[in-house]
Amino acid sequence: MKKNDLETQFAELKTKVETLSAESAENKLSMIVFSGDMDKVLASLIIASGAVAMGMDVVMFFTFWGTPILRDKGKKVGGKDLMGTMFGAMLPKGACNVKLSKMNMGGMGTAMMKSLMKKKNVASVEEMLAVAGELGVQIYVCEMSMDLMGFKREEMIAYPNMDFCGVATFLEEAKNSKIQLFI
Amino acid sequence: MSEEIKVDKVMDLKGLPCPMPVVKVSKGIKEIEVGQVIEAQTTDPGALTDFPAWARTSGNEILKTDQDGKVITFFIKRNA
Repeated sequence: MKKNDLETQFAELKTKVETLSAESAENKLSMIVFSGDMDKVLASLIIASGAVAMGMDVVMFFTFWGTPILRDKGKKVGGKDLMGTMFGAMLPKGACNVKLSKMNMGGMGTAMMKSLMKKKNVASVEEMLAVAGELGVQIYVCEMSMDLMGFKREEMIAYPNMDFCGVATFLEEAKNSKIQLFI
Repeated sequence: MSEEIKVDKVMDLKGLPCPMPVVKVSKGIKEIEVGQVIEAQTTDPGALTDFPAWARTSGNEILKTDQDGKVITFFIKRNA
Protein backbone atom coordinates (compact mmCIF):
# COMPACT_ATOMS: atom_id res chain seq x y z
CA MET A 1 0.00 0.00 0.00
CA LYS A 2 1.26 3.45 -0.87
CA LYS A 3 2.19 5.98 1.76
CA ASN A 4 -0.43 8.41 0.45
CA ASP A 5 -3.21 5.84 0.78
CA LEU A 6 -2.20 5.12 4.33
CA GLU A 7 -2.20 8.79 5.19
CA THR A 8 -5.69 9.23 3.71
CA GLN A 9 -6.98 6.20 5.59
CA PHE A 10 -5.42 7.44 8.80
CA ALA A 11 -7.05 10.84 8.39
CA GLU A 12 -10.42 9.20 7.73
CA LEU A 13 -10.09 7.01 10.81
CA LYS A 14 -9.10 9.97 12.93
CA THR A 15 -12.20 11.89 11.85
CA LYS A 16 -14.37 8.86 12.58
CA VAL A 17 -12.93 8.38 16.05
CA GLU A 18 -13.40 12.05 16.84
CA THR A 19 -17.04 11.98 15.70
CA LEU A 20 -17.71 8.79 17.67
CA SER A 21 -16.17 10.04 20.87
CA ALA A 22 -18.13 13.27 20.58
CA GLU A 23 -21.35 11.28 20.21
CA SER A 24 -20.69 8.65 22.88
CA ALA A 25 -22.47 8.94 26.19
CA GLU A 26 -20.71 10.47 29.15
CA ASN A 27 -20.38 8.65 32.46
CA LYS A 28 -23.50 10.40 33.64
CA LEU A 29 -26.90 9.61 35.15
CA SER A 30 -29.91 11.76 34.29
CA MET A 31 -33.01 11.37 36.36
CA ILE A 32 -36.47 12.87 36.23
CA VAL A 33 -38.09 13.14 39.64
CA PHE A 34 -41.76 13.46 38.76
CA SER A 35 -43.14 11.90 41.93
CA GLY A 36 -43.67 13.81 45.13
CA ASP A 37 -43.97 10.66 47.25
CA MET A 38 -41.50 10.34 50.07
CA ASP A 39 -40.48 6.78 49.23
CA LYS A 40 -39.90 7.44 45.55
CA VAL A 41 -37.98 10.66 46.10
CA LEU A 42 -35.85 8.93 48.73
CA ALA A 43 -35.09 6.15 46.24
CA SER A 44 -34.10 8.70 43.60
CA LEU A 45 -31.72 10.43 46.02
CA ILE A 46 -30.19 7.12 47.11
CA ILE A 47 -29.57 6.20 43.46
CA ALA A 48 -28.11 9.67 42.83
CA SER A 49 -25.66 9.52 45.72
CA GLY A 50 -24.72 5.94 44.88
CA ALA A 51 -24.02 6.97 41.30
CA VAL A 52 -21.66 9.72 42.45
CA ALA A 53 -19.88 7.13 44.62
CA MET A 54 -19.49 4.98 41.50
CA GLY A 55 -17.76 7.90 39.82
CA MET A 56 -20.67 9.21 37.75
CA ASP A 57 -21.91 12.74 37.23
CA VAL A 58 -25.54 13.06 38.28
CA VAL A 59 -28.24 15.40 37.08
CA MET A 60 -31.72 15.38 38.64
CA PHE A 61 -34.71 17.14 37.11
CA PHE A 62 -37.51 17.88 39.53
CA THR A 63 -40.80 18.37 37.79
CA PHE A 64 -44.51 18.36 38.60
CA TRP A 65 -45.21 16.70 41.98
CA GLY A 66 -41.47 16.52 42.62
CA THR A 67 -41.14 20.32 42.60
CA PRO A 68 -42.65 21.06 46.07
CA ILE A 69 -39.98 18.82 47.68
CA LEU A 70 -37.49 21.61 47.02
CA ARG A 71 -39.51 24.26 48.83
CA ASP A 72 -38.06 25.67 52.02
CA LYS A 73 -40.55 25.39 54.88
CA GLY A 74 -38.91 28.34 56.61
CA LYS A 75 -39.32 30.77 53.74
CA LYS A 76 -42.43 32.84 53.21
CA VAL A 77 -43.11 34.73 50.02
CA GLY A 78 -45.93 37.11 49.32
CA GLY A 79 -47.47 38.52 46.17
CA LYS A 80 -49.06 35.28 44.94
CA ASP A 81 -52.42 35.22 43.19
CA LEU A 82 -55.37 33.19 44.54
CA MET A 83 -54.48 29.96 42.71
CA GLY A 84 -50.83 30.28 43.64
CA THR A 85 -51.73 30.77 47.29
CA MET A 86 -54.08 27.77 47.17
CA PHE A 87 -51.53 25.50 45.54
CA GLY A 88 -48.89 26.76 47.92
CA ALA A 89 -51.05 25.82 50.89
CA MET A 90 -52.16 22.42 49.58
CA LEU A 91 -48.85 21.11 48.29
CA PRO A 92 -46.14 19.91 50.67
CA LYS A 93 -43.83 22.61 51.86
CA GLY A 94 -40.47 20.93 51.63
CA ALA A 95 -39.03 17.46 52.06
CA CYS A 96 -40.24 17.02 55.64
CA ASN A 97 -43.85 17.32 54.50
CA VAL A 98 -43.99 14.53 51.94
CA LYS A 99 -46.06 11.38 52.30
CA LEU A 100 -45.57 7.71 51.49
CA SER A 101 -47.01 6.52 48.18
CA LYS A 102 -48.61 3.57 49.96
CA MET A 103 -49.87 3.00 53.49
CA ASN A 104 -50.00 6.70 54.32
CA MET A 105 -53.19 6.09 56.38
CA GLY A 106 -53.94 9.77 56.93
CA GLY A 107 -50.33 10.48 57.84
CA MET A 108 -50.02 7.71 60.41
CA GLY A 109 -48.16 5.38 58.07
CA THR A 110 -45.72 8.09 57.06
CA ALA A 111 -45.08 9.02 60.69
CA MET A 112 -44.46 5.37 61.55
CA MET A 113 -42.12 4.97 58.60
CA LYS A 114 -40.21 8.09 59.60
CA SER A 115 -39.69 6.86 63.15
CA LEU A 116 -38.67 3.44 61.85
CA MET A 117 -36.17 5.06 59.49
CA LYS A 118 -34.71 7.04 62.34
CA LYS A 119 -34.40 3.91 64.47
CA LYS A 120 -32.68 2.04 61.64
CA ASN A 121 -30.44 4.98 60.83
CA VAL A 122 -31.87 5.37 57.30
CA ALA A 123 -31.34 8.91 56.05
CA SER A 124 -34.43 11.09 55.55
CA VAL A 125 -35.25 12.91 52.30
CA GLU A 126 -33.92 16.14 53.82
CA GLU A 127 -30.68 14.49 54.90
CA MET A 128 -30.26 12.83 51.50
CA LEU A 129 -30.78 16.19 49.79
CA ALA A 130 -27.94 17.58 51.90
CA VAL A 131 -25.75 14.59 50.97
CA ALA A 132 -26.57 15.06 47.27
CA GLY A 133 -25.63 18.73 47.52
CA GLU A 134 -22.34 17.86 49.18
CA LEU A 135 -21.57 15.29 46.49
CA GLY A 136 -22.15 17.80 43.72
CA VAL A 137 -25.39 16.39 42.31
CA GLN A 138 -26.82 18.95 39.91
CA ILE A 139 -30.51 19.72 40.40
CA TYR A 140 -32.67 21.31 37.73
CA VAL A 141 -36.17 22.48 38.54
CA CYS A 142 -38.84 22.55 35.88
CA GLU A 143 -39.67 26.19 35.25
CA MET A 144 -43.13 25.32 33.91
CA SER A 145 -44.08 23.40 37.08
CA MET A 146 -42.87 26.32 39.18
CA ASP A 147 -45.04 28.71 37.19
CA LEU A 148 -48.04 26.35 37.13
CA MET A 149 -48.03 25.82 40.88
CA GLY A 150 -47.23 29.45 41.55
CA PHE A 151 -43.89 28.76 43.27
CA LYS A 152 -41.29 31.50 43.40
CA ARG A 153 -37.56 30.92 43.27
CA GLU A 154 -37.20 32.73 46.58
CA GLU A 155 -39.16 30.01 48.38
CA MET A 156 -36.89 27.15 47.27
CA ILE A 157 -34.19 25.61 49.46
CA ALA A 158 -30.62 26.90 49.34
CA TYR A 159 -29.20 23.96 47.39
CA PRO A 160 -25.62 24.43 46.12
CA ASN A 161 -26.19 23.41 42.48
CA MET A 162 -29.75 24.29 41.59
CA ASP A 163 -30.90 25.82 38.33
CA PHE A 164 -34.23 26.29 36.63
CA CYS A 165 -34.85 24.98 33.15
CA GLY A 166 -37.17 23.41 30.62
CA VAL A 167 -37.40 20.13 28.75
CA ALA A 168 -34.59 20.89 26.29
CA THR A 169 -32.00 21.07 29.07
CA PHE A 170 -33.10 17.68 30.36
CA LEU A 171 -33.04 16.12 26.90
CA GLU A 172 -29.58 17.45 26.19
CA GLU A 173 -28.31 15.94 29.44
CA ALA A 174 -30.22 12.68 28.94
CA LYS A 175 -28.89 12.30 25.41
CA ASN A 176 -25.34 12.43 26.73
CA SER A 177 -25.98 10.13 29.69
CA LYS A 178 -25.35 6.42 30.02
CA ILE A 179 -28.34 6.01 32.30
CA GLN A 180 -31.68 7.79 32.24
CA LEU A 181 -34.35 7.20 34.85
CA PHE A 182 -37.89 8.45 35.39
CA ILE A 183 -39.15 8.28 38.95
CA MET B 1 -3.07 -13.02 56.27
CA SER B 2 -4.61 -9.84 57.66
CA GLU B 3 -1.30 -9.02 59.35
CA GLU B 4 0.29 -8.77 55.93
CA ILE B 5 -1.99 -5.99 54.68
CA LYS B 6 -0.70 -2.56 55.64
CA VAL B 7 -3.70 -0.35 56.40
CA ASP B 8 -3.36 3.40 55.85
CA LYS B 9 -6.84 4.49 56.92
CA VAL B 10 -9.62 2.88 58.93
CA MET B 11 -13.25 3.80 58.33
CA ASP B 12 -15.92 2.85 60.85
CA LEU B 13 -19.16 2.61 58.86
CA LYS B 14 -20.95 0.36 61.33
CA GLY B 15 -24.68 1.02 61.74
CA LEU B 16 -24.95 2.93 58.48
CA PRO B 17 -27.40 1.52 55.92
CA CYS B 18 -27.38 1.87 52.12
CA PRO B 19 -26.23 4.09 50.43
CA MET B 20 -23.95 5.65 53.05
CA PRO B 21 -21.22 2.97 53.30
CA VAL B 22 -20.45 3.21 49.58
CA VAL B 23 -20.86 7.01 49.53
CA LYS B 24 -18.48 7.43 52.48
CA VAL B 25 -15.88 4.96 51.25
CA SER B 26 -15.82 6.62 47.83
CA LYS B 27 -15.02 9.90 49.58
CA GLY B 28 -12.54 8.30 51.96
CA ILE B 29 -10.54 6.62 49.23
CA LYS B 30 -9.80 10.00 47.68
CA GLU B 31 -8.06 10.95 50.92
CA ILE B 32 -5.39 8.25 50.55
CA GLU B 33 -2.73 7.90 47.88
CA VAL B 34 -2.95 5.45 44.97
CA GLY B 35 -1.58 2.13 46.20
CA GLN B 36 -2.60 2.75 49.82
CA VAL B 37 -5.25 0.69 51.62
CA ILE B 38 -8.48 1.49 53.48
CA GLU B 39 -9.96 -0.82 56.07
CA ALA B 40 -13.73 -0.27 55.99
CA GLN B 41 -15.94 -1.83 58.65
CA THR B 42 -19.68 -2.08 57.96
CA THR B 43 -22.71 -3.84 59.35
CA ASP B 44 -24.76 -3.48 56.15
CA PRO B 45 -25.24 -7.02 54.72
CA GLY B 46 -25.86 -5.47 51.29
CA ALA B 47 -22.25 -4.29 51.34
CA LEU B 48 -21.12 -7.84 50.55
CA THR B 49 -22.32 -7.38 46.99
CA ASP B 50 -22.24 -3.56 46.90
CA PHE B 51 -18.59 -3.03 47.76
CA PRO B 52 -17.30 -5.36 45.02
CA ALA B 53 -19.66 -3.69 42.51
CA TRP B 54 -18.45 -0.26 43.60
CA ALA B 55 -14.80 -1.36 43.42
CA ARG B 56 -15.19 -2.80 39.91
CA THR B 57 -16.89 0.35 38.64
CA SER B 58 -14.58 2.82 40.31
CA GLY B 59 -11.46 0.84 39.39
CA ASN B 60 -10.33 0.04 42.93
CA GLU B 61 -9.46 -3.35 44.37
CA ILE B 62 -10.80 -5.30 47.30
CA LEU B 63 -7.82 -7.19 48.67
CA LYS B 64 -9.68 -9.08 51.35
CA THR B 65 -13.11 -9.41 52.98
CA ASP B 66 -13.51 -10.51 56.59
CA GLN B 67 -16.75 -11.32 58.34
CA ASP B 68 -16.99 -11.44 62.11
CA GLY B 69 -20.57 -11.80 63.26
CA LYS B 70 -22.46 -8.82 61.88
CA VAL B 71 -19.34 -6.83 61.09
CA ILE B 72 -17.96 -7.07 57.58
CA THR B 73 -14.49 -5.67 57.00
CA PHE B 74 -13.13 -4.79 53.59
CA PHE B 75 -9.52 -4.06 52.76
CA ILE B 76 -9.62 -1.83 49.71
CA LYS B 77 -6.62 -0.71 47.71
CA ARG B 78 -6.85 2.57 45.86
CA ASN B 79 -6.00 1.91 42.23
CA ALA B 80 -7.73 4.84 40.59
